[in-house]
Amino acid sequence: MTVVERREIALVDLLDRLLAGGVVITGDLTLRIADVDLVRIDLNALISSVNEQVPAPWGELE
Amino acid sequence: MTGLRYVYAVCRPFGAALQSQLTGVAGAPPKLLSHHGLIAVLSEVPERDFAEGPLKAHLEDLDWLTDTARAHQGVIDALTAVTTPLPLRLGTVFRDDSGVRVMMETREEAFGRTLDRLEGRVEWGVKVYLDTEAAETARPPEKAASGRDYLRQRRMRNRSHEDMWEKAETFARRLHETLSGRAEDFRLHAPQNPTLSGFAGRNVLNAAYLVPRGKSEEFVEAVDRTKDDVPGLRVELTGPWAAYSFTGEMGETQRAEGPEEENA
Repeated sequence: MTVVERREIALVDLLDRLLAGGVVITGDLTLRIADVDLVRIDLNALISSVNEQVPAPWGELE
Repeated sequence: MTGLRYVYAVCRPFGAALQSQLTGVAGAPPKLLSHHGLIAVLSEVPERDFAEGPLKAHLEDLDWLTDTARAHQGVIDALTAVTTPLPLRLGTVFRDDSGVRVMMETREEAFGRTLDRLEGRVEWGVKVYLDTEAAETARPPEKAASGRDYLRQRRMRNRSHEDMWEKAETFARRLHETLSGRAEDFRLHAPQNPTLSGFAGRNVLNAAYLVPRGKSEEFVEAVDRTKDDVPGLRVELTGPWAAYSFTGEMGETQRAEGPEEENA
């Protein structure tokens, strides 16, 4: 077993924090996009779009 | 020019200067906006990319998201070098400086509480992977001589899979117990999707630990000491991060979790 310390941060680790962590600010003066549900949905689309085995959800959903 | 304001973090005033070469998410250098004893770190971003509609569309674009996330992290990293920033969620955008000021006033107390709680702490990410393929190839399949042989081999394979899982879970649980004992707080994140992580193995632990800077070396050594035994298991350490996973629901869920240790 090895402990891996990589200099270049993996995108997935970055997104774990930037899209699921951090203070979520909502309010009238914010252009509110920092919504967890929204981001989850976007990430699902993203996972599909990077995985060629899975058709993109906007492609041909019944 | 009608730039929007992309806010990275809120901090207490700090003496040091940020790196002069530092650029933010749309290429503009980050600026400090001081208000009510707090500093918002922000940069101007173009409306054509960061207004609500375009931003939503961009979030679906992996290349755009990658560049933006790396630039965002670059600013947070630079801040982490000089202070303890309270990071905001990626894509927090305001119309103008006055919008940012109003937000800071509205949340002044909660920001203060959270900044106090996080002062001098960093986040470490620890993941455990079970490398199912390595476990498989370690035991080359014998050629089945008969249907009964085949069934017997399959049963053994299933059993060895279950054993691996059990070992992995036990290992992950013990590691988590050890590490949470050395941390002030922790979060268990959902296991990462192998498609996104690019690792063949199954992610059995995906945790974040809040650790005072002064105790970080010990923490890293504790992770290091898990190097031995169990084949097929891999431990991965990332950090130190700004305390992304511990920003709380503006102080509410955090306070419900029990006494906070002061590390003065």
